[in-house]
Amino acid sequence: MDPVSALIASFKIPVGQWGRSFFTFLTTNFEWFFDAIADGVTWVLQSLIDLLLWLPPVVVVLLIAALAWWLQRSWKLAVAVAIGLAFIINQGLWKDTVETLVLVVGATAASMAIGVPIGIWAAHNERGYRILQPVLDLMQTMPTFVYLIPVLILFGLGIAPGLIVTVIFASPAPIRLTYLGITSVPKPMLEAGEAFGATKRQLLWKVELPAAMPTIMAGLTQCIMLSLSMVVIAALIGANGLGKPVVRALNSVNIPLGLEAGLAIVIIAIILDRMSRVRTGASR
Amino acid sequence: MTVAVEFRNVDIVFGKDRARALEMIDRGASRDEVLARTGAVLGCAGASLTVQEGDISVLMGLSGSGKSTLLRAVNRLNVVSRGSVMVHDGDRMVDVVTCDDATLRSLRQKQVAMVFQQFGLLPWRTVEENIGFGLELAGVPDAERRERVANQLRLVGLDQWSKKYAHELSGGMQQRVGLARAFATEAPILLMDEPFSALDPLIRTKLQDELLQLQAKLKKTIIFVSHDLEEALKIGTTITIMEGGRIVQTGTPEDIVLQPANDYVRDFIANVNPLSVLTAWNVMRMKHELAHDGDGWVWLDRRATTRFRLDAQDLVIAAERSGRPADWVSCSDVERLPENGSQVFWATPGTSLKTVMLAMQRSQTAPVALFDEQSRFVGSIGIQDVLSAVLRR
Repeated sequence: MDPVSALIASFKIPVGQWGRSFFTFLTTNFEWFFDAIADGVTWVLQSLIDLLLWLPPVVVVLLIAALAWWLQRSWKLAVAVAIGLAFIINQGLWKDTVETLVLVVGATAASMAIGVPIGIWAAHNERGYRILQPVLDLMQTMPTFVYLIPVLILFGLGIAPGLIVTVIFASPAPIRLTYLGITSVPKPMLEAGEAFGATKRQLLWKVELPAAMPTIMAGLTQCIMLSLSMVVIAALIGANGLGKPVVRALNSVNIPLGLEAGLAIVIIAIILDRMSRVRTGASR
Repeated sequence: MTVAVEFRNVDIVFGKDRARALEMIDRGASRDEVLARTGAVLGCAGASLTVQEGDISVLMGLSGSGKSTLLRAVNRLNVVSRGSVMVHDGDRMVDVVTCDDATLRSLRQKQVAMVFQQFGLLPWRTVEENIGFGLELAGVPDAERRERVANQLRLVGLDQWSKKYAHELSGGMQQRVGLARAFATEAPILLMDEPFSALDPLIRTKLQDELLQLQAKLKKTIIFVSHDLEEALKIGTTITIMEGGRIVQTGTPEDIVLQPANDYVRDFIANVNPLSVLTAWNVMRMKHELAHDGDGWVWLDRRATTRFRLDAQDLVIAAERSGRPADWVSCSDVERLPENGSQVFWATPGTSLKTVMLAMQRSQTAPVALFDEQSRFVGSIGIQDVLSAVLRR
């Protein structure tokens, strides 16, 4: 090695050590805090899963199909949803599917609840957004497996860390799209609001949010898809669901099982995507 | 007459280096110089203008002349860098530049409404929800709001469309919604930022007429921005011409056409048809300027073809044309009367120049006399006066 490179390599900056010390500090001092979060999240999600599994699967299928009709006013979609879910029951993956659905819906709800307000804040705070942007980039580009480790340490195994990992990965989408939607509200609309004496809050609720709604809804759809793409990884840290059979299939080179579970994930993805799309048409 | 809005030495500068820009403005620097030296954009400089209650005051100029910038200072959509903008609010004048947010908000909700060039409607709201927008912001109770919205819908003739969404309407109808939204707040002051520029010419003319009709009923104070002089002359009671952020001339439409302050204004009016602005009053010669012929006779024209004999009260007792007795007839009948060499028309000072010219044509170029309301002779217009007014020489 050349002398300069040797010099550079002679003292390794202990980035990894610092990280470990930081997480050791967190676990020793704030364990109660992270445990409380994990317990809370687990309790909410597990109750939902228990409820849905307690109901006869046919009832749940019909409820979801009815919801699909109510959201999109489309009989075709409702029938397709029912057929897709019936296929999953047929494949014997119902329990895994319910667990996955709850995880995805829960993660999406949490991501939106965190992402939309942050997006609104960033849209009104140019400097804030400039600080936020690298953080969002980090959240989306850092390989998921890297933050699986600390999340595992802080929250243990189970559905709670699965949800948290998913939220970390998925929430940049609603943040970015809410920011985009609100910063691209046409100026004449904002000025109309100001000219008629809107307060900041009125401007947000009566002009900015309605105008940005289509973009925010696009953020919701993206968020659902990103959450779904984390299902397999969540299974690695103990979250039940359709990820489990996929991981098992991978470990045992089981082609049929992998295919069945993979198909089920695709069906869920299509159903959620079609249901969450913004309806186009005169009556928005 | 009460003052509704008063601009006092208003400077508006956009950009960072405002202090240095203002310094340059004080030395009379032009917009380009300010931009080159400081990077700041001069929106408007040293603008002083008083708008009386009930006036339609038109701000005119090419794009970039600062007319919209000045208009938007009235409700602080543009922030004034220096100077003050006084707005009438009940029994006091409020300085929009320095007032606190609550005052500004109440001013925007109740005193000053605005109509936008691109309409500024909210596409997810129906027509009636758009019209009620200002009232909603001001917290007007539902029942009262519905009633006021219904009134406005009738006023602008959109009752049939109340449940439609704004984007389903044509441009002309969208701007009617914009007008109704502004009227609904019952604000006495109306800011109109090129409201009809985005519309096609036929619809534009129609909406101008409707605005004038509504104004005759509602008697608002309107500040209207336009780049179209025909429009300005048609609807303005006063016109202010701006160039490069500075006011060049303020006056009545006739003032602008007859006494343009500089070449910029002259260029503006070069293509305006003076017949659409001028009245008999603008071109007449007064009685004392006319040649007197003794015994109460007055020559109406320089060529000495026609003369009137007046009594002590200036009432006409005899008329003579080319040496023969003639009749004097009101201009208002000119359309119906046959062409006749032995009659002389008279008009009131408010008669349009067009009618006066028609009267001349019908009477084989006889001069037109001018009478006041008591039928007293006040002056006359000869063919020479008409020609010089039309040619502006």
